[in-house]
Amino acid sequence: MNKIIKYVFYDIIRNKIVLAYTLFLLLLSIGLFNLGGSPDKAILSLLNLVLLTVPLISIVFATTHFYNSYEFMELLVAQPINRKKIFMSEFLGVACSLSGAFILGVGLPVLLFGVSITGLYLVFTGVFITFIFVAMAFLASVITRDKAKGIGIALLLWFYFALIYDGIVLFILYTFADYPLESATLALTALNPIDLGRIIVLLNLDVSALMGYTGALYKSILGSLWGIGLAFALLFLWVIVPFISSSRIFSKRDL
Amino acid sequence: MITIENLRKSYGRLQVLKDINVSFEAGKVVSVIGPNGSGKTTMSKCILGMALPDGGDIRINGESILGQHAYRSQIGYMPQIGKYPENMKIRQVIEMIRDIRKDVKEVDEELVGLYGLQAMYEKRMGSLSGGTKQKVSAALAFMFNPQILILDEPTAGLDPISAEILKCKILKEKKRGKLILITSHIMSEIEEIADEVMCLVDGNVKFHDTIQDIKAQANEDRLSRAIAKVMNEED
Repeated sequence: MNKIIKYVFYDIIRNKIVLAYTLFLLLLSIGLFNLGGSPDKAILSLLNLVLLTVPLISIVFATTHFYNSYEFMELLVAQPINRKKIFMSEFLGVACSLSGAFILGVGLPVLLFGVSITGLYLVFTGVFITFIFVAMAFLASVITRDKAKGIGIALLLWFYFALIYDGIVLFILYTFADYPLESATLALTALNPIDLGRIIVLLNLDVSALMGYTGALYKSILGSLWGIGLAFALLFLWVIVPFISSSRIFSKRDL
Repeated sequence: MITIENLRKSYGRLQVLKDINVSFEAGKVVSVIGPNGSGKTTMSKCILGMALPDGGDIRINGESILGQHAYRSQIGYMPQIGKYPENMKIRQVIEMIRDIRKDVKEVDEELVGLYGLQAMYEKRMGSLSGGTKQKVSAALAFMFNPQILILDEPTAGLDPISAEILKCKILKEKKRGKLILITSHIMSEIEEIADEVMCLVDGNVKFHDTIQDIKAQANEDRLSRAIAKVMNEED
């Protein structure tokens, strides 16, 4: 399996997009850290930008990469290799190289300018978000054979998780404002990895004081080490579920 | 060597293979013929595990291959249209497959030599002509000394000299006791190299006989005529 990952890596490194992505993140982080203000402020701005761009780039890049690797996979399935292994190697190759770009582009500046536990959470969250959206991209790609359709589904997924979902949550909160919604909002958060990531980082910043009752509830649950563990476990689940289902579909279909 | 029992496969509503029952012995060249879309490629893909059958069983040396993958070390496959990663060079593709198949000690590079692929090692797969891709496919199929060779229209894109080289190679491997399955439309070629002919029509086995038997049955000495006669008779 390592051999296949090696070739997937080769292929991605030759592709200049990952390099451009790294540089983009690097410039963004260094810029924000040098814009003045406290490192906390920079991390907050960085968080918002990261939670918008990282999912988008991960899901679009992974989907196009999957379709472009079709020939590569077809070549390998005629060899004595398990299909699940081929799929896993593709996934790890893409997810690890994008995570590597993220760690270089965001982790390094955080380490240099604002090393803190919050910064660490930001990096962890970013890596998880990358894995989650690569897994979703693979799910979108195995559902349909048509490249345009696959990218469409991928973009729709991003649109849903990054923008629409928050709208739905706000709508629910507004409509049922008369009821106690604290635990419901907590449950709703768990259903969107981007929100989950945002809250993990936010709760470790001072701004969480502005989030009212719900913020207080979040803080009491997610503020503890146990709560953070739970949040990361949920993120992990968000990687595993799409990955396993897409791997199932891939091994049961005709090539 | 290969036994296929009650093999069924459909793509959506289209039933491509309907209850196929055949067996192939080692040391034979079997030619699979049939009209376009009769299920020849699908059958090879089922044997390779690229297409998953809806029902029935395929056994190689007595063991079912469904859901398995290790058995593919015994098979060399040359697809009808070789699809390769466009930005890999010939050298990289060959080296990659060799890297993956490191367990094979005896590597057969005869076709790489005969086709002069070394001279083109630095060319990108995307820039190759169809025929050159076929040569790479052929070289890869024979490289790891497999017991079974599945060649899907092997000579379709090759120039006459290259096709001749491939035919010689096929006969040579047959003498070493290998089973070679060839799908082809070129009757003269089949007559030249095959021992048995299996004919698929609409996903059913129309006949599966040795070439002599087919000729005797039809009372013709040219295979193409004999086959045409047999097929018309049964209609």
